[in-house]
Amino acid sequence: MSTMSEMERSSTEMEVGYEETALTLGLPGGSRAGGSDQQERKHGFSETADLSHGSSGIETRRGGDLGDESPDCAASGAGRPPASKARVVGWPPVRSYRKNALRSCTYVKVAVDGAPYLRKVDLETYSGYHQLLIALQEMFSCFTIRDRRLVDLVKGTDYIPTYEDKDGDWMLVGDVPWKMFVASCKRLRLMKSSEAVNIAPRAPQ
Amino acid sequence: MREERSDMSEDEDGGGGSAKSRGGGGAPPPFSDQVLENVLENVLQFLSSRGDRNAASLVCRSWYRAEAQTRRELFIGNCYAVSPRRATERFRRVRAVVLKGKPRFADFGLIPNNWGAHFHPWVCAMAAAYPWLEKICLKRMSVADGDLSLLAYSFPNFKELSLICCEGFSTAGLAVIAEKCRHLRVLDLIEDYLEDDEDEMSDWMSRFPETTTSLESLVFDCVGSAVNFEALEALVTRSPALRRLRVNHHVSVEQLRRLMALAPQLTHLGTGSFGSAAAAIPQGGNNVVDLVNTFAASKSLVCLSGFRDVAPQYLPAIYPVCANLTSLNFSFADISAEELNPVIRHCHNLQNFWVLDTVRDEGLQAVAATCKDLRELRVFPVDPTEDSEVSVSDVGLVAISEGCRKLRSILYFCQQMTNAAVVTMSKNCQDLVVFRLCIMGRHRPDHVTEEPMDEGFGAIVMNCKKLRRLSVSGLLTDKAFAYIGKYGKLVRTLSVAFAGNSDLALRYVLEGCTKLQKLEIRDSPFGDSALLAGLHHYYNMRFLWMSSCKLSVRGCNEVAQRLPHLVVEVIRDRDEDDDGEFVEKLYMYRSLAGPRTDAPPFVKIL
Repeated sequence: MSTMSEMERSSTEMEVGYEETALTLGLPGGSRAGGSDQQERKHGFSETADLSHGSSGIETRRGGDLGDESPDCAASGAGRPPASKARVVGWPPVRSYRKNALRSCTYVKVAVDGAPYLRKVDLETYSGYHQLLIALQEMFSCFTIRDRRLVDLVKGTDYIPTYEDKDGDWMLVGDVPWKMFVASCKRLRLMKSSEAVNIAPRAPQ
Repeated sequence: MREERSDMSEDEDGGGGSAKSRGGGGAPPPFSDQVLENVLENVLQFLSSRGDRNAASLVCRSWYRAEAQTRRELFIGNCYAVSPRRATERFRRVRAVVLKGKPRFADFGLIPNNWGAHFHPWVCAMAAAYPWLEKICLKRMSVADGDLSLLAYSFPNFKELSLICCEGFSTAGLAVIAEKCRHLRVLDLIEDYLEDDEDEMSDWMSRFPETTTSLESLVFDCVGSAVNFEALEALVTRSPALRRLRVNHHVSVEQLRRLMALAPQLTHLGTGSFGSAAAAIPQGGNNVVDLVNTFAASKSLVCLSGFRDVAPQYLPAIYPVCANLTSLNFSFADISAEELNPVIRHCHNLQNFWVLDTVRDEGLQAVAATCKDLRELRVFPVDPTEDSEVSVSDVGLVAISEGCRKLRSILYFCQQMTNAAVVTMSKNCQDLVVFRLCIMGRHRPDHVTEEPMDEGFGAIVMNCKKLRRLSVSGLLTDKAFAYIGKYGKLVRTLSVAFAGNSDLALRYVLEGCTKLQKLEIRDSPFGDSALLAGLHHYYNMRFLWMSSCKLSVRGCNEVAQRLPHLVVEVIRDRDEDDDGEFVEKLYMYRSLAGPRTDAPPFVKIL
């Protein structure tokens, strides 16, 4: 709970957070904002989503509703329905073809350094970074989450989740607000920490 | 859009499937009868409607045989209703096959993967039986690349392939089709899900014959991967018969312009992204002028779609063709009423219009003001969730009903509605055949009176005497279903979700709707006794789907026992253990083939 409020209150993030989280009728992921805005947002943060704690706060706050991060969002429309209910499969009845076309495609491949197989995850099914890490942990059953990394306790190696964004840059997972990450992530790579020299963590550990 | 696919929707015969069995075969008839049969064949070959053909085949054995020999188009509404072998043995001279697989609720994720509807056994049977096959149209089937390959190699005269809402194949399969089907006229891929690994894609566009092709229609807007544009350009250049071209969103507006310049004879155009490629020419006025000129030169265009990433400054380019358009699909275009207005103002001849609710009630009012000939309207939600903003409402619906009196078909997603608006539509639009209203919030009442939506839907079935397809939503009591049962005498397809109070509702429908063919129900409190109330009717139906209702295994078993020609499938979600008495998903359908042998482990056939 506190983590989210911190994010929203920070002045550099306020506008972006608001824009990101406001309910509008535009395409998700801020794709209309233009490339230059995106660049600025990538480097402008002093705080990041904290993956190691506060996750339960994030989830209860969201109440399972992926679309609504901010309680005081832009939609002030009359007749706004009451608080969102839990989502139901297949309702409203819109074909997944249409849903996928109207939003950016959020299926991404996950590669693990040293492993021959690739898996795929649908980022939209997670409400935040912690859920994503949990899913990865379950998918590659040798991992345990520790800090923001995935550790193979048996082998003693740890992996840092990184991702390739729409511009082709490799970034640390967790650096940007979740929704922005979902919109810009093209693929994930669990990089052995020994190899992660080019990707410096942005926030102090 | 589907204007050319009338046989894929709801106007099919009510009585019996196309493969109903009657005596058939047996010893060859005596000589004079044979002559008679030959004469009969010469007459029957002109019969095209399958309803008429089914009726003719029931007259007597002679007519049965003659009809079977002259049927050229085979329509199988449920691929599990008859076995491929039986169908191909009865109808021996088929040139075109239409095959439908999964129930419609599969589109919304209610059916686990690998449920079935495999094209494979069908293509194998047809490869052996119909060497002269020319057309195949599949809807909601599971199609593998190997099946496409077998198709391409088995039918030397193959001309038309349409795949609608199918899955399981990839660009590799398309490559074989392109290469081997030298007489291909139609390749229509509509809302399919292609299994493409980004690293292993096939350059299928380059595989078409290098000579002049017979292509008339090439639709690939659902293909997720980019195609080889140079190859596409070259293909269009050597396809003088091309009339319909729908490209995917990887084609930029600049590329589109080049294609259009090569094919000014196009009648149907899917515009792809209709936005600029990222690294393209800066957006100057010249681009728009060029585009306008190109559209002005496309004098035959009657149908426009695409607009996947539409850049608003390009929209005016389509003004020159608006007056000729009969069909416009803006349902992927995130545009406002202000952006729609200048376009729609010119579209006097529009009959089909698909749009996103981003245009709001105001946009719909503009449509109502101009499109007096509108037959079909579909309004889709840009944000398909239960609690998105209100954008279109009862106001838009009333406006449409007042302006577009000839409306036959409507699909309307909204967040709020009133009975009064629906009643108004029922009175203004007497030609309605399809009425599908989706109030996205579950159990939501009339937002003004707070009453259930019973009266609105009641008025629809009462006043719209031609109604054949109905989808209901919002807060509905048993009363709504009493109306439907009492007045919905022509209703063939009914879709129900989160509605009704008790078994009575379902009983009203099963007892009253004598022409009911397809019934799909989810999350409604209907139990075994209601299910059993339909025993007299299930053989007349294509299928019944019920999920998250109140059915038990005992009730479903009883149906299965009493109706041996009904296949009763109980489908579990994969992860659940056997829930014992409770039935989560029921799918049942009449069948001459008996229980299918390809059912996956999570399907139990009673």
